[in-house]
Amino acid sequence: MIPLSHFLIVGAILFGLSLAGIILNRKNLIVLLMCVELMLLAVNTNFIAFSQFFGSTEGETFVFFILAVAAVESAIGLAILVVMFRNRGTINVSELDSLKG
Amino acid sequence: MQTLPVFSAASAEILTGIMICVTLLAQTFLGDKVKQIAYYLVQISLVAAFILLARELYDPAIITFSGMFDDDAFSRLLKLSICAVSFFVFLYSREYITEKNMPSGEYYILGLSSILGMLVLVSSYNFLTLFMGLELFSLPVYAMVALQRKSVINTEAAMKYFIVGAIGSGMLLYGISMFYGATQSLNFADVAKVVADSSAPQSMLLVFALVFVVSGVAFKLGAVPFHMWVPDVYDGAPTAVTLFISSAPKIAAMAMALRIFVDALPGLVLQWQPILIVLAIFSMALGNIVAIAQSNIKRMLAYSSIAHIGYALLGVIAATDEGYSTAIFYIISYAIMTSGAFGLLTVMSRNGVEIENIADLQGLSDRNPWLAFMMLLVIFSMAGIPPFVGFMAKVAVLEALISVHLVWLAALALLFAIIGVYYYIRVIKVMYFDSSKAKQQAVNLPLDKNIAISVNGLAVLVLGIFPGSLFGLCLSVVHTGF
Repeated sequence: MIPLSHFLIVGAILFGLSLAGIILNRKNLIVLLMCVELMLLAVNTNFIAFSQFFGSTEGETFVFFILAVAAVESAIGLAILVVMFRNRGTINVSELDSLKG
Repeated sequence: MQTLPVFSAASAEILTGIMICVTLLAQTFLGDKVKQIAYYLVQISLVAAFILLARELYDPAIITFSGMFDDDAFSRLLKLSICAVSFFVFLYSREYITEKNMPSGEYYILGLSSILGMLVLVSSYNFLTLFMGLELFSLPVYAMVALQRKSVINTEAAMKYFIVGAIGSGMLLYGISMFYGATQSLNFADVAKVVADSSAPQSMLLVFALVFVVSGVAFKLGAVPFHMWVPDVYDGAPTAVTLFISSAPKIAAMAMALRIFVDALPGLVLQWQPILIVLAIFSMALGNIVAIAQSNIKRMLAYSSIAHIGYALLGVIAATDEGYSTAIFYIISYAIMTSGAFGLLTVMSRNGVEIENIADLQGLSDRNPWLAFMMLLVIFSMAGIPPFVGFMAKVAVLEALISVHLVWLAALALLFAIIGVYYYIRVIKVMYFDSSKAKQQAVNLPLDKNIAISVNGLAVLVLGIFPGSLFGLCLSVVHTGF
C-alpha cells in the first residue's frame, strides 16, 4: 500500500513543474498550454489520492468535472493560438509584447 | 432517500440556460432575416431573469440540489445587480459591435453564457459549483476578447488573459484539493464546521491550502500581485468587451471571495485577514500610483479598477457583518461607475473614431455638453468626491475598518485615495478646459444610448445622495444571508 503522502508529493511536484514551466518558458506557447494542462492534472492526482484515502467518491466526481473543464480550456486556448498564429506568424512567447505601459 | 431539488430556487439560472440555447438557434436560423435578433433575445432574457429574482428577493434562503446551490438574499441581490449591469453593458455595445463588424450573435451569446456562470458562482454552496460557475464565467470571456480575429492586439490580449486565468483557476483548484484533504468535504457548511474545531496538526495544511485559494481569488479579482493581466486585457480588448469584463465579473469575483472567506472559511479569519490586508494595501498603492503615468484611458481605468478592488477588499478585511455589507455596496456601486465610464467610451467610439487616449476626450464639453457632464459625474464618483456614490462607498468601507480598530489601514486607504484624485481630475480637465487642436466632429448619440447613459450617470448621483436604500439592502442581505 502506497501511503497518501507519496501521492501528494507527486501532485506537488507536478504542480511545481507546471508553474516553473509557465514562468521559465520563453519560447513556445504550446508548451505553455501543456503546462496549464499539467497543472490541472496535478490537482486531479491530489483529488484521487484523497478520495481513495477517505473512501469517498466526492473527490473522484470532482475529477470528472475538472477533466471536462480541462478539455474545454485547451479547446479555447488552441483556438486563440491558431488565430494568433494567423495574425503574427509566430507563437513565440517573448514576442507577445505589443501591449505595454 | 433523495428528494427532488427545488428547481424554482434556480429559476433565473434555468431561464438563462434555456435562453442561451434559444438565442443560439435563433441566431443560426433567423440571423440573416431578423437583424439583431440575438441582441433582443439576450436583453429580454436578462429582463426576465431580473424580474424573477426581484420577485423573490426577500424569500427565505433555500439550500438545494444536494447542498450544492444556495438561493439566499445575498445571492439574489448580487444576481440582480449582475443582470442590471449587463443589460446596460449590452445596450451600450450594440452599435460598436455592428460598426466594427464583430460577429454580433457571438458577442451576446458568449456574454449570456458568461452571465449564467456568474449566476451559478454567486449561488454556489459547494466548491464544485463554485469551480463550475467560475469556469463557465471565465471561458466565454477569453473568447470574447478575441472576437476581432484579424486584430493582433486583441488576440494577444486574449492569450494573456487565457494563460493568467488558467493559472488562477489552477491555483484555486490546488487550494480546494488541499481543503478537501483537510476537511474531507467540499460543502461550505461542512468545511466551515471542520475548520472551526480543527486541532493543531491540520491547521498547517489549512493555511497552506488557504494561500493557494487566496491567490486564485486574487487572480480573478485582479488584485496586486496578481494584477498583471488587468491593464493588458483592458487595453487590448475591443472597448465593448472591456466594458463587459470591467463590470459584472467584478461583482461575481467579489461574491466568490465572500462565499469562500465568509461561508466556508470563517474559522480561518485570523489567517486570511493579514493576507488580504497585504493584497489590499498593494492594490490601492499600485493602482492609484501607476494610473498617474498612463496616457491611454483604458489602461488608466484598468489601474483604477485594481485600486477599487483594493478598497472593496477592505470591507472583507473588517470581517464583521457591517464590513461585508460595505464590500457588497462598494462592488455594486463600482460596477455602476465603471459601466458608466467604459459605456461612455464605447458609445463615443463611433464613425471610425476610437477613443483610446485621454487626449481623445479633448473639448468634449463643447462637442456634447451632456455626455461630458455624465462623464464628469462618473469620474468624480470614482475619485470618491462627495456627494457621489463612490464617496459614500469609500466612507462606509473606512467606517467599517475603524469600528474594528484598523485605523492605520483606514488612514493608509485615505492617503491613496487622495493620490488617486489627481489622475481622475486630469480627465475632467482635458474634457472641459483643453480645446481640441484637430477639428473634431460633434458627438451625437441615438436616443436609447442617451437615456441609458443619463440613467447610469444620474444613478451615481442619486445613490450618492440617498445611499440609504441600497445600503440597507446590503446590510439586511448580510444579516439574513450568511
